[in-house]
Amino acid sequence: MPYPSGRAAFGAGVRALLPLTPGVIPFGLVTGVMAVKMGMSPTMAIGMTLLFYSGSAQMVALQLIQGGVLPVAIVATALIINLRFIMYSASLAPYLHALPRRWTWPLSYMLSDQAYALCVLRLSSGELGRYGYHYYAGTAAAMWLAWNLAVVAGVFLGGSIPESWSLGFTIPLSFLALLVPGIRNIPALVAAIVGGGIAVAAVDLPYNLGLVTASIGGVVAGVVTESLRRKASQADYRAEGESQ
Amino acid sequence: MSDLALWGLFLAVGVGTFALRLSFVELYGNLRVPPLVSRALAYVPASVLAALVLPAVVYPEGHGDFVLGNPQIPAAVLAALVAWKTRNTVLTLAVGMGALWGLKMLMH
Repeated sequence: MPYPSGRAAFGAGVRALLPLTPGVIPFGLVTGVMAVKMGMSPTMAIGMTLLFYSGSAQMVALQLIQGGVLPVAIVATALIINLRFIMYSASLAPYLHALPRRWTWPLSYMLSDQAYALCVLRLSSGELGRYGYHYYAGTAAAMWLAWNLAVVAGVFLGGSIPESWSLGFTIPLSFLALLVPGIRNIPALVAAIVGGGIAVAAVDLPYNLGLVTASIGGVVAGVVTESLRRKASQADYRAEGESQ
Repeated sequence: MSDLALWGLFLAVGVGTFALRLSFVELYGNLRVPPLVSRALAYVPASVLAALVLPAVVYPEGHGDFVLGNPQIPAAVLAALVAWKTRNTVLTLAVGMGALWGLKMLMH
């Protein structure tokens, strides 16, 4: 259904995001808590959150900063994790590119996994009508606000949580919560097994090279598996065709 | 790392991430991703996240010393099962942390 006005479309976008907040708030809290636990000032933790606006990259960066990894390697790792935004940008571009920069720049900064997932199908079906970007803006702005408020809450709670709670373990757990539902096919599973396996074997490589090697190895394994499976299914198809 | 170096790091990641998000919106029509690259990008999250999770679970001390009776491994396996069955972040975190605390209490 097309919305009658930009305001109505924006409101609908905000309401569409609300059911996702229970998955976002704990991540934000943990991110804020981790940042202050590492000895960052609240200003710094919040500045980092606003500049990154990317939970997984921020968690990774926090872990690597704590591990004393070379800053260049930390920046490279964070950007590799965020490469997926190129794909999101490419699929949203047809609906956003004609807008003036006072719209496209803030809307691009607020691009997130959640806002993308909520909007991409509805935008491409054309059902949102001319106010489609208002709907996107509603999801993106609501997500931005939910995330940042959750991190700020975590920052101010952080100091009061004792060490014996082993809260550091929430970082791999939250990555696990992102990783497992994201594995939807065999090549993605192979990518995860190879990536994780290399990372465990190569953990003692200097300058965090283990993580970079493992990430590249996993991606290559995923692409190769996908190609092999495609060839195999084509061969099956041909064999069936010949037997008939 | 000094505070100034950290701010520089945050700014570099922030500007880089913004450029990734803006890329196609800004350069629409002038930019094409080769098919192989877009296929490869689909496997980045699985590969990177697994490369982060596994060492952090297997080596609680942060480097390559395997610890016998590490309670993080069963806790993570349980959490992975919950994530697989429910796709629920809160439940995954709750079960994982609960299992870790329970196992630590049993071992002491």
